[in-house]
Amino acid sequence: MEPTPNAPADETALNAAFEAKIAAGDSIEPKDWMPERYRKQLTRMMSQHAHSEIVGMLPEGNWITRAPSLRRKMSLIAKVQDEAGHGLYIYCGTETLGVDRFDLYNQLLDGSAKYSSIFNYPTLSWADMGVIGWLVDGAAIVNQTVLAKTSYGPYARAMVRICKEENFHKRQGYEICATLAAGTPAQREMLQDAVNRFWWPALMMFGPSDKDSPNSAELLRWRVKRKTNDELRQRFVNLTVPQAQAIGITLPDPDLRYNEATKNWDFGEIDWAEFFEVIKGNGPCNKERLAARNKAHDDGRWVREAATAYAEKQAKKRQTEAA
Amino acid sequence: MSDSHWPLWEVFTQGAQGEPFEHAGSLHATDAEHALQNARDVYARRGEAVNLWVVPSTAITASAPSDAGPFFDPGNDKAYRHPQFYKVPRGVKVF
Ligand SMILES: [Fe+2]
Ligand SMILES: [Fe+2]
Repeated sequence: MEPTPNAPADETALNAAFEAKIAAGDSIEPKDWMPERYRKQLTRMMSQHAHSEIVGMLPEGNWITRAPSLRRKMSLIAKVQDEAGHGLYIYCGTETLGVDRFDLYNQLLDGSAKYSSIFNYPTLSWADMGVIGWLVDGAAIVNQTVLAKTSYGPYARAMVRICKEENFHKRQGYEICATLAAGTPAQREMLQDAVNRFWWPALMMFGPSDKDSPNSAELLRWRVKRKTNDELRQRFVNLTVPQAQAIGITLPDPDLRYNEATKNWDFGEIDWAEFFEVIKGNGPCNKERLAARNKAHDDGRWVREAATAYAEKQAKKRQTEAA
Repeated sequence: MSDSHWPLWEVFTQGAQGEPFEHAGSLHATDAEHALQNARDVYARRGEAVNLWVVPSTAITASAPSDAGPFFDPGNDKAYRHPQFYKVPRGVKVF
């Protein structure tokens, strides 16, 4: 490779300025110089996060028509609409890194993009809507509260906006769970079954264990991440156990017990083989989600075309009026 | 203008009457009217705004972070623009 004259020296100075900003806890803004790798890592994290919000609409959208009451239906529609908004906030943040949203959409549609493994599990009963709000949005809140302090300004600001909305998601889910827990034996059983299916996948949402997370050290040093995967997972478990106890639901882990010394709830070994299979595309619903997302995109084409045609017509009209 | 390459708009929201407008984020839309409607759906689902501005992103000129120092210097070295610069006899309440 031909060395570019001056480039190394310039780069060193720029990099020093960047590192100094990070060390001072300042936010990095779109027009600031940043190492190519920082840009790449953020593009990867943010686009995966945006995709997760979008795909996350599918398992719940699946139950809107079957919500058991008008109140539940209104809540679920509002929640799913929020998730669409979350996807848009983060796509907009990702664009500030110089990527085109169009390319990101296409990566999601052609299956080359990654998104959270949790959304590749099926939603089999109404109780799943409660458990997703409680555990899945609950885990997302733990993760996103910390991301709201991430070093990249646009990402942090999107997270602040999202965190404000997530509490509604979690509470509406927990309310469904508490209602079912206080219901008939069949309702309790349905809830317990949903918790049994979602507990471990929810723990996997925090990503691989720290010892298998090669990017973590760098991301922590750049303050992109502020806590490790295992720290966040532990925080989530500590928060959730009392919530399960309060409604008399059992978390499906025989090794779950309070550790007086560490003040943490110790939990059993996660099945990482399952996690990596789902990430690779072999989860129970990977294909279904991708197909549903593509169908939604195709079905919406006429709306996008109509909006474009209307805008062009209006623009022409303004031109002739001006002439 | 393909269906996915709509222009980018910056969205500003006013949280309450009398407050300043604040940058909320951006979105893609075919024209200003469409951008306003999208901005309402994306950035004001919970009464976060009583007014919205949408501005084509290309219409914004921003200062460059690299000359932030020299550019803002004229404002940084004038301590006499701050009330603390001025001495007041002991015991007198000025405000
Ligand atoms: Fe979300
Ligand atoms: Fe959510």
